[in-house]
Amino acid sequence: MRFNTAPAPHLAPTASTRRIMQWVLLAMAPGVAAQLWQFGPGVLINLALAIAIALLAESAMLRLRARHSRAGLSDWSAVLTAALLAVSLPPIAPWWITVFGTLFAVVIGKQLYGGLGYNPFNPAMVGYAVLLISFPKAMTAWLPPTDLAATQLNLLEAWNAIVHRAGPDGSSFDALAMATPLDTLKTQLGLGRTMDEIQSGALFGALAGKGWQWVNLGYLAGGLWLLRRGLIAWQIPAGFLAALGALSLGFFLLEPETYPTPLFHLLGGATMLGAFFIATDPVTASTTPKGRLIYGALIGSLVFVIRSWGGYPDGVAFAVLLLNLAAPTIDHYTRPRVYGHPGCT
Amino acid sequence: MFTLHRFHGGLHLDAHKEDSSLAPLATAPVPPRLIFPLQQRGGQNAQSVVQVGDHVRKGQVIARGDGPMNPPIHASSSGIVSAIEPRPLPHPSGLTDLAIVIDTDGEDLAPAPEERPDYGQLAPEELRRVIFEAGIVGLGGAAFSTAVKTDPGHRPIDTLILNGAECEPYITCDDSLLRNFPREVLEGARILMRVLGVERCLLGVEDDMPEAIRALRETREAGDYSNIDIVTVPALYPSGGEKQLIRILTGREVPTRGIPADAGVICQNVGTAAAVYRAVGRGEPLIERIVTVTGKGIKNPGNWLTRIGTPIADLVRYSGGYSGVAERLILGGPMMGISLPSDALPLVKAANCVLVTGRGETTGPKQALPCIRCGACAEACPINLLPQQLYWYSRADNLQRAEEYQLADCIECGCCDYVCPSHIPLVQYFRAAKSELVAKQRERTKADHARERFEARQARKEREKQERAEAAQRKKTALAKPDTSEIQDAIARAKARKRPPESAPTTDAAPDESPPAQEPAEN
Repeated sequence: MRFNTAPAPHLAPTASTRRIMQWVLLAMAPGVAAQLWQFGPGVLINLALAIAIALLAESAMLRLRARHSRAGLSDWSAVLTAALLAVSLPPIAPWWITVFGTLFAVVIGKQLYGGLGYNPFNPAMVGYAVLLISFPKAMTAWLPPTDLAATQLNLLEAWNAIVHRAGPDGSSFDALAMATPLDTLKTQLGLGRTMDEIQSGALFGALAGKGWQWVNLGYLAGGLWLLRRGLIAWQIPAGFLAALGALSLGFFLLEPETYPTPLFHLLGGATMLGAFFIATDPVTASTTPKGRLIYGALIGSLVFVIRSWGGYPDGVAFAVLLLNLAAPTIDHYTRPRVYGHPGCT
Repeated sequence: MFTLHRFHGGLHLDAHKEDSSLAPLATAPVPPRLIFPLQQRGGQNAQSVVQVGDHVRKGQVIARGDGPMNPPIHASSSGIVSAIEPRPLPHPSGLTDLAIVIDTDGEDLAPAPEERPDYGQLAPEELRRVIFEAGIVGLGGAAFSTAVKTDPGHRPIDTLILNGAECEPYITCDDSLLRNFPREVLEGARILMRVLGVERCLLGVEDDMPEAIRALRETREAGDYSNIDIVTVPALYPSGGEKQLIRILTGREVPTRGIPADAGVICQNVGTAAAVYRAVGRGEPLIERIVTVTGKGIKNPGNWLTRIGTPIADLVRYSGGYSGVAERLILGGPMMGISLPSDALPLVKAANCVLVTGRGETTGPKQALPCIRCGACAEACPINLLPQQLYWYSRADNLQRAEEYQLADCIECGCCDYVCPSHIPLVQYFRAAKSELVAKQRERTKADHARERFEARQARKEREKQERAEAAQRKKTALAKPDTSEIQDAIARAKARKRPPESAPTTDAAPDESPPAQEPAEN
């Protein structure tokens, strides 16, 4: 009998890139749910819009680059990039913000570098950074969390706000928006207020910023599930959270009047999303075990630095992008000891 | 009580061992035709010592190699040599090479058994000779000459390791051997310990072979085997890899580019140990081994005590033939085995398993996606390499960097390849890059030799030139020296004779004016 030959290993693979991307998207669900609950259905509109634009842009770029567009699209990486960007945007960000950011992320952040696997920078964060630098006002206008809002926008009202820039009942759009806790903290500290005065404000909850604490707990839950499934390496989130926690604890103990609690940092802003979903993007992160720990810790430290002394309220995007630059160097100096080679065991 | 060590990475794979291990060990009939490729191990050919038409008996030497690396091949049954002609080798390439074909006569005639009741008293050298003459090679798959492997030279050895950790899925031939012939394995271990002069033997068995472990323990208790430890190791691919098993059992590592003997151990497959016992204790050459025939593509999977030289097709026939879904024929396991184009190929000494996979059991043509640097490969690598970096450098033909990242240490176990979510055929890239590195290395060595030869020639020419110059110089001075000095002396003597003694000082100047006479002394 004749048989076709093939090289070893012969066992059918159990993992696929597409499946990994899908699991990560699924793991975002608790965080997205918390956002939905706290900030209304705007996040869903952002998600839908970003995903649609990302798929269109990816498909067009693959065609332009004469690549197989179905194979390229079916890896779900464009969807994941779009989703990570969408959940980072204010829930009533004008539609063109989402469109512009997504296009920038997919076209420039990813495809112009050669597509999946070849981009040195996290595409979602490239899109986010460009938006934050170009449109700072629109990018920091968040809705008040459920506890503080008189009424929450329904899906239609959110749509009107995003597309037509109109508030419900003809009210002005700007009246809807509100600064985030991190933003408020920065402004208030700048005005010479003490930490006690600031934290007694309405924006601050039991653990951290109102609303944000739940969103962070949601992404933490999803992240832990990713860890359990072995889809992300533990070193990056561990390094990230340990460094951010340690630095914020240190400064909080030294000067509690000017520095918020470590919990505020750990459960505020984009901490958990950043630690488990953004910094862990394998393409742009460090790949060695020791390197990942260093990479994560440096991102966590930079987040603290930018939040405490930088010009932007949150620092996750910039910290990740800056460390993307360092990842190859970190990898080079953290190569593990190979079996049979001298060194410690 | 016994500390096991851990190696990096590894995979928990679905074992699929029950498929073949549930059936009792059966003895395969003598096939109508036996085929013995003269090329048993890559590149090394034995020479036929029989002619077409010869009648050969079971156990008779039919081919001999040219050195200790190449032990003889024996007829595994009696019959007539019907052809010595090129036949396809059991290799995916479909390459052909000379093979001896024996049409069996069904008599299975063998020479009278050689009684060796006192084999325990033989000297190591003598035991190695018997092992070599019996045609024994490593039965774990590599088919390395056992006589050579049991001769570590100046390296001090303190431990013999017997490898019973059959870590590849589907394969159960060692399990079957240990269940059915535990005493032969332990006796073989004792002989090997005597050959090596070691006091300690560790026999590693994976924990998913409880019956084999029980049989070994019972035999060990019943006999005088106290310095052989039966060690259960966790089932984790590739713990049956030599380097991994050595690390698990001793915590030592084989140095890069070294051999186990450099770590003070010698590692032998359990099947090899049993073959050693049969050769030394009973005078039987290596003419049969246990082969697993399994996979969804086989009707009745099981283990067969099979004559070396049996065509795969015959063994499949004994196993009930192919099932309807047979898709791929693999010699060896699913992780490292080679896939064969045809079942008309014979089983050689190294053949441990015939795996016929069914649809869905193995990979289809995979479409590779770009590497996303997820690092799953690095996590799985038992050598602790960074396969994604190696892939990058291999693809970019940056062999120097690939070398820096220790490409040469890759054992091609397939772990990285199997876990890669982008379905990149990593092992193929590494194999290609490794062979290119070897070729480059060979070229470099050749160039080095050529340069050395050239430089030596230049130096020789230079030396000859200088020698010629010196010789000329010597000749010149040799000619000049006596002349001048004698002349000067004669002149001086003449002057001295002519002049009165008080004018002697003026003659002193004369020798000083003849520098050539001084020069040879300086040279």
